[in-house]
Amino acid sequence: MAKLPFERPIIKKINIGVPNKIGMKTEYTPITEIDGVSVKQMIKEYGSPVYVISEKTIRETYKKAYSAFAVRYPKIQFAWSYKTNYLNAVCKTFHQEGSWAEVVSGFEYDKAIANKVKPQHIVFNGPDKSREDLIKAIKNQSLIHIDHFDELYTIISLTSELNETPKVAIRVNMDTGVYPQWSRFGFNYDNGEAWDALNRIMISKKLDLIGLHAHIGTYMMTAEAYKIAGQKLSDLAVKLKEKYNHTIKYIDFGGGFASKNTLIGAYLPGSDTCPSFDDYAEAITSSIINSKIKPDDFPTIMLETGRALIDDAGYILGTVLANKKLADGSNSTVIDVGVNLLFTSFWYEHQITPAQEFSPYTENTTIYGPLCMNIDVIRRSANLPIMKKGDNFVISRIGAYNMTQWMQFIALRPKILMIDLKGNVHIIRENEKLKDIVSMERTPEHLNNFDV
Amino acid sequence: MQLKNNIAISENGFIFDPNTGESYSLNPIGTEILNLLKEKKTDDEIINFLNEKYDSDKLTIEKSLNEFYSFLQEYNLSEND
Ligand SMILES: Cc1ncc(COP(=O)(O)O)c(C=O)c1O
Repeated sequence: MAKLPFERPIIKKINIGVPNKIGMKTEYTPITEIDGVSVKQMIKEYGSPVYVISEKTIRETYKKAYSAFAVRYPKIQFAWSYKTNYLNAVCKTFHQEGSWAEVVSGFEYDKAIANKVKPQHIVFNGPDKSREDLIKAIKNQSLIHIDHFDELYTIISLTSELNETPKVAIRVNMDTGVYPQWSRFGFNYDNGEAWDALNRIMISKKLDLIGLHAHIGTYMMTAEAYKIAGQKLSDLAVKLKEKYNHTIKYIDFGGGFASKNTLIGAYLPGSDTCPSFDDYAEAITSSIINSKIKPDDFPTIMLETGRALIDDAGYILGTVLANKKLADGSNSTVIDVGVNLLFTSFWYEHQITPAQEFSPYTENTTIYGPLCMNIDVIRRSANLPIMKKGDNFVISRIGAYNMTQWMQFIALRPKILMIDLKGNVHIIRENEKLKDIVSMERTPEHLNNFDV
Repeated sequence: MQLKNNIAISENGFIFDPNTGESYSLNPIGTEILNLLKEKKTDDEIINFLNEKYDSDKLTIEKSLNEFYSFLQEYNLSEND
């Protein structure tokens, strides 16, 4: 007779008055494959842990976002926010879909150029553009979004040196009813600073003011904030028209749409509470359509959406290393994915799903990564199906920020795979090797000899 | 491991400890082990039994069993030797 699958025996105290989850069917099923490719097979072939990106999900998500806007407004342009995930394969998928590039450093700028994005389709944001970066961007006619007055004056001074007319926008910050307000970046609308900056640009006659930009925050849980941003930016556009008869070509709403991840401590899952692309599109497009901007002057709506476009397409697959009872009597599970690879566990309750069949029983456990550090917690007190050493799991919705904000700490970083539309698996980033890390080190000669 | 004598085990995975008034819930294999303990089976007998019935090696079973025992101790469900 075939043997039954083995599950670890568990016992849980029942707390009267508190709903007891054991015995309740867990609401999800195992993830055994991604886009038709076996999870266990990928782990076997490429190691554990391993990141996986679904090209299909990227394209589908992009199309959903794009059409939410395109059905409501005639001129829409996305620019892929490089910092969210700047793997070339990911960027190029977005570029194939029609996205321009949005960068915030010389490094990202060069990466976009190397990816063959037309320089005039690169949006250059951020407070840290060096003089060299600015010269390059000015000569290339890239779209420079000015962050502060120091940068504005540097650009004005470069125009005579270079004999060029830079294409610029200003970044505007404002009160949109969402707190904390991001006033660190750009010029403030509410105290008149943004209008002041625009006047200085127009009066200098040295810059081609083509846009207005705002990035009001990230993981915005209300679409209404974008409506307020749109009203304030439209107001500036109308004033430019009135005073200078100047028409701006685009209004860039930055990023900030929430992905369906659940924030730590949230009462309801993100998939229930986050606005949809349609909600955001309705707020943004109506703010412009209903403004005093004349229809002939309607600007292109630019969007630098990051996490909401890529989170769903990213997964990390891994393996359970150990189960441990802690001194306080609670359960813990140690896995081979730590915060070095999953930075976003600091703010999300990531969904961890076994990659094999599991019973309806759950246990309350804290999921630790493998780092020798107290902060290495992937989930605190999570009700999860029972897993044992050697079991595999899939952590979903991790495509944003993890593959850029990761740390080479204690362990080498694993491979990143992309599953294409036909179900072929491509390695899009190799796993790091010792030689990759030490090749950047230089040891002073006198330290080379010892005998231990 | 010896279970306290007066612990009541229900068929569907709940137990009641009359000494403390606490109740607990278990998964099916947990209930199965408690019943084996009630029958005064030794650890070796339990491990062999589980190894026959389930698809796992003895070492894994033994490790899981010890972990399970540590929870029984934590909850004062076992006799102190
Ligand atoms: C200027 C700018 N644009 C776009 C983004 C992307 O934001 P998100 O991932 O929240 O959509 C960011 C992220 O911080 C940003 O700073």
